[in-house]
Amino acid sequence: MPDDNVSSLTAKREAAVAAFADVPREPGAKKPDPILVADDVKRNFGGLLAVDVDHVEIQRGSITALIGPNGAGKTTFFNLLTGFDRPNSGSWSFNGRSLHGTPPFKVARAGMVRTFQLTKALSKLTVIENMRLGATRQRGESFWRAMLPFTWRSQEKDITERAEDLLARFKLDTKRDDFAGSLSGGQRKLLEMARALMVEPELVMLDEPMAGVNPALTQSLLEHVSNLREQGMTVLFVEHDMDMVRDIADWVVVMGQGKILSEGPPETVMSDPRVIDAYLGAHHDQSLAELEQEFESGALTAAAEAELSGDVAAAPSSEPQAPPSPTEDAPIDGGPADEKPAEETVAAERTGDTKDGR
Amino acid sequence: MDWGSIFELSLRELIGVQAIVFALAAIGINVQFGYTGLLNFGQAAFAAVGGYGIAVIVTTYDMSFWLGLVVGIAGAVVLALLLGIPTLRLRADYLAIVTIAASEIVRLVGRSAWGRDVFGGSDGITGFSNDFYDLNPFSEPLELGPFEFRERVLWVLAVGWTLVAICTLVVFLLMRSPWGRVLKGIREDEDAVRSLGKNVYAYKMQSLVIGGVMGALAGMVYSLFQGAMQPDVYATNFTFFAYAILILGGAATVFGPVLGAMIVWFSFQFIDLALRGAIGQGYIPDWLMDSNDTGAVRFMLTGVVLILLLVFRPQGILGDRREIALDAR
Ligand SMILES: Nc1ncnc2c1ncn2[C@@H]1O[C@H](COP(=O)(O)OP(=O)(O)O)[C@@H](O)[C@H]1O
Ligand SMILES: [Mg+2]
Repeated sequence: MPDDNVSSLTAKREAAVAAFADVPREPGAKKPDPILVADDVKRNFGGLLAVDVDHVEIQRGSITALIGPNGAGKTTFFNLLTGFDRPNSGSWSFNGRSLHGTPPFKVARAGMVRTFQLTKALSKLTVIENMRLGATRQRGESFWRAMLPFTWRSQEKDITERAEDLLARFKLDTKRDDFAGSLSGGQRKLLEMARALMVEPELVMLDEPMAGVNPALTQSLLEHVSNLREQGMTVLFVEHDMDMVRDIADWVVVMGQGKILSEGPPETVMSDPRVIDAYLGAHHDQSLAELEQEFESGALTAAAEAELSGDVAAAPSSEPQAPPSPTEDAPIDGGPADEKPAEETVAAERTGDTKDGR
Repeated sequence: MDWGSIFELSLRELIGVQAIVFALAAIGINVQFGYTGLLNFGQAAFAAVGGYGIAVIVTTYDMSFWLGLVVGIAGAVVLALLLGIPTLRLRADYLAIVTIAASEIVRLVGRSAWGRDVFGGSDGITGFSNDFYDLNPFSEPLELGPFEFRERVLWVLAVGWTLVAICTLVVFLLMRSPWGRVLKGIREDEDAVRSLGKNVYAYKMQSLVIGGVMGALAGMVYSLFQGAMQPDVYATNFTFFAYAILILGGAATVFGPVLGAMIVWFSFQFIDLALRGAIGQGYIPDWLMDSNDTGAVRFMLTGVVLILLLVFRPQGILGDRREIALDAR
């Protein structure tokens, strides 16, 4: 990557971070230039209030991470915002335009494009066809003109060029003519992200872009996501991998049991007692295998100790004399838990499966 | 046994009217099921609507044949909208249930005593094909090698194969266009296609309408050939036969349905004649089967062939093996 690109990269990031300087570190904080504003969004699944968001704003031109334990309602919130699910109440607007009740395809056309937690590569289409499908306003997508190739051929050529550029950037150009179904899990994630970019969105919403991705690909995926901001897009992503959140997010929104628990820059949020509490609380939902794993890594003993101390919320900050042990914040941050990002994300995807199999 | 004549007679079926009718019906199902993943189990209803369109307009209401064509096609469009509007937003199986029910409703209304004045009851309607045969440019039989086609048949074959060619060309053009790409995307995962800004509902509706109109053409060709519109021709087995043909030829391939229809009707005739010949010659003993059983036996053999095909060549004759392999992943 050329040098001037790198400097502009930091410039954009600095601008994004600077924009948050005066934003209070509290749930529902007002942002200077929000691209997305949601109010009082509720979604009930037979008595379970899966989403209960009072107010949230997403700052334009920033990378915002949406984190929270499994079952916090992150995916459901994505589904509601993008029209894939209907809320029981609430309203939200994108670029000042209300999107309540707008069907998914119109949401995408408005410039708000999402990917899915369970990757949706179109298996029997080739990689390049997957990409072409993403382009909007195609003349050849109307029935009558479809039968007259001369009406859409030149546009198809432009689309193909744009698709090939993106494929090259995502290092999928060698797979151009393979069926998408023959790609590895990580490559499918890349393809899905690249395909979403074909829509030329303003806001990109990524649901667990790292889940199930080979750790070798993680770094390049990270770069792709931060590149989106460089190109002027706004990113909202759900992620369990705290390293990724820390590396690229300008702002973090934490959800737990449907509610926004906390907001702030990554460093602040990750030491927020409410956040740690939310993650510790999540152990009830975890599988035995995961518990065992965390036991071995010492994370669970930390949780147990914290609980025993009877002061879970205050634990990390109120005991400055404690050695910087990996224990207290292990479940969300640092410590031995960090040594197993791959298993962690895979496990996260597995537990996500049952919930998202709509 | 006269293998030469058995073969000749079978070859006639290869390009016969039955092959045309089922090719048209299967091309329609190919658009809906093969490319879009829509389970239309009511293709028989679309064919019946096409046939009734001409028959009712010409015979019952004594109006023009051309109006009958328009009404038959418009009827198929309306039927597709009626079936699609409530179901295409729901899961795939709803369309399957609704279409199979609709197909029986159309047939039962057609043969009902209550609607006899319009639809002619279970006997159906005759006497609407004269205008069609008046247009026949063929004035004498055609001899093609060992074959001889009478004028009437020749005219139906010419019109029918022209329709098959047009429909095949339309599918060919559509499926290499961005429009066809959206359809294939919907077949794979409609939520993904929605997330890319496509109005999935509208595309499914278009697919259902186009496939239904092709089904109506099938019904028109058949009833004009028969000179009669009989409701019981369009029972549910009409639809399933078209599906079998499509799967044999290769779903989601341009020529699959045509090839499938030709092969099936050729084999049907061939098996039937060969069995009759063998029975006549005493090769097959009476206690095993007599010549009345050949009709049933050829269906059994067709079933066996289909099963073998699905085991050894699940993609159909023209399909791409790699696509099936992806399903197993
Ligand atoms: N379609 C559904 N029907 C019933 N319950 C659901 C459905 N989708 C999600 N849920 C429930 O809503 C809660 C939030 O789920 P989800 O949004 O997938 O969480 P996350 O993405 O944060 O892990 C979970 O308790 C889940 O079981
Ligand atoms: Mg989720």
